[in-house]
Amino acid sequence: MASTHILSAYDEELQYLTRRISEMGGLAEQMCLDAVRALVNSDSALAQKVISDDVILDNGEREIQEKAIITIARRQPVAADLREIVGTLRIAADLERVGDLGKNTAKRVIAVQGTGVPRKLARGLEHLSDLALVQLKEVLDVYVSRSIEKAEAIRLRDEEIDAMYTSLFRELLTYMMEDPRNITTCTHLLFCAKNIERIGDHATNIAETIYYMTTGAQPEGERPKDDSSNMVGAAG
Amino acid sequence: MNNMVSLDKVAPQNISDKAKIEIKNLNFYYGESKALKNISLQLPERSVTAFIGPSGCGKSTLLRVLNRIYELYPKQRAEGEVLVDGKNILDRSQDLNLLRTKVGMVFQKPTPFPMSIYDNISFGIKLYENLSKSEMDERVEAALRRAALWNEVKDKLNASGLSLSGGQQQRLCIARTVAVKPEIILLDEPASALDPLSTAKIEELIDELRADYTIVIVTHNMQQAARVSRQTAFMYLGELVEFDETAKIFTSPQEKRTQDYVTGRFG
Repeated sequence: MASTHILSAYDEELQYLTRRISEMGGLAEQMCLDAVRALVNSDSALAQKVISDDVILDNGEREIQEKAIITIARRQPVAADLREIVGTLRIAADLERVGDLGKNTAKRVIAVQGTGVPRKLARGLEHLSDLALVQLKEVLDVYVSRSIEKAEAIRLRDEEIDAMYTSLFRELLTYMMEDPRNITTCTHLLFCAKNIERIGDHATNIAETIYYMTTGAQPEGERPKDDSSNMVGAAG
Repeated sequence: MNNMVSLDKVAPQNISDKAKIEIKNLNFYYGESKALKNISLQLPERSVTAFIGPSGCGKSTLLRVLNRIYELYPKQRAEGEVLVDGKNILDRSQDLNLLRTKVGMVFQKPTPFPMSIYDNISFGIKLYENLSKSEMDERVEAALRRAALWNEVKDKLNASGLSLSGGQQQRLCIARTVAVKPEIILLDEPASALDPLSTAKIEELIDELRADYTIVIVTHNMQQAARVSRQTAFMYLGELVEFDETAKIFTSPQEKRTQDYVTGRFG
C-alpha cells in the first residue's frame, strides 16, 4: 500500500501487526532449524531451548490477535485494510503452528537420545527440513515484498517436499522391517518427518493468504500434491 | 442439520435484477459549472443502492435528478436520460407531480409539517385520493406501522409532529413518503443527524422496505452504506468511479480511488 491513511495512528497499528508477524516468522524459522539440528547432532540442550522458545511464539500470536481485534473494533477496516488484518490473523496462527511442530520435533530429540539415529536417515531429515525452511524463509520474504509471482511459486513448490517426505517414509519403513529394535527410533523420526512436511504446508497456506491479502482473490487451481505416503503399504 | 440456517433463507427473497432506474449519459450543470459528468448506471428494482463519495462529488446532485427536485432552483439543468420503468423522466412531457408520488424523498434533517402526526401522513394522500375517514385511518396506521412508528405514536396521533424526537420525526417522514405508495424512495443522508440507536432503527426500516421499494441512499457514513445497501456507487468530482456489489466495494474494490476513499486514504 503506497499511500498512507489520513489517520496516522491507524497506519501505526497496521505497521505494528506487520512487524510482529515478521518477528514471529523469524523465531518460528529459527526454532525449526534448531530442532532439526538438535536431532541430527543429538543436542538435547538445543532441543530444550526450542521447547522453551515456543512460549514466546504463543504469546506473539495472542498479542497479534488482541491488537487486531482492537483495530477492527476501533477502525472498522474495509477493503485492503480488512484483508490485511484478517490475513495477519491467519498468518499468525500458521506461524504458531509451525512453532508447535518445531517444539514437537525437539521433544522427540530427547526421546530418541542415545538410540543412535542412523546417519543416512538424519541426512534425509536434514534435506527435507532444508526444503521446508527455504519455503518458510521465502514466504516470509514475500510477506514483506508482496510479490504475487513469488507467492504463486512457493505454493507450487510444496510438491517437492511432499515427494521427499514420501521417500523418507518408505526408507523408515524399511528400517523398521529390517530390525524391530529400530521401531521406537524410526517412529519418532517418522513423526519428525511429518512435522517438517507440515511446516511446508503452513508455508503454502501463508503464501495463499498473502496472495489473497494483496489481490483480494484466491489463487486459482488446486495446488499440486505429491504426498503419496498414505498409499505406501508394508510390502512397499 | 435442521438447526442450520440455510443461506437461501437469509438472502433477500424479492431481489430482482431488473433495472428500475436506468441512467444514461447524464450530465448536470449548476449554471456554468458541470456537477455530473456523463454518468451511466442501472439501479435494480427492489434493492438498496448507496451513493458514496467525498463532499462535492455529485452524489446528492445525482439523487436530486431522480425526482427532478433540482427544478425548484433556477439555472440548474440535466442532460441525458433517466429512465424509470423505461420512460425518460427528464422528458418535458413528464408530469412532475406524478413523478414525485412515484419517487419519494427523505432529507437529512427531519422535515415534519407543523401539524399533527395524523395530518402529516394524511396530507399527502389527500392530494391524490379521496378516502373515507375509516379508509384514511387505515392508511395512516399502515404507513406508521410500515415506518415502525405506530407503537410509539398510536396514543398521540393528534400531537404535533414536531413534538417527536429526531429519530421519530425522521421515521414520520419516511411514513409520510410511504403513505402515497411510491415505487422508489430516495434517502439523502437520512440518519446523519440522528443518534446511533435511532440510526439503527432507520437502517432496520430500510432493510424491511427494500422488499417492496427501490431505494437509493446517499450517505457519508461508509459503514452505513456497507450495512444497508446491496450495491454501491463511488463518485468523485462528478464522475462515477466504480459501481459494484457492496460486498465487492468494501472487500476488494477494483479502482485505486475507491480503495483509497473507503479505507480513509484520501488526502
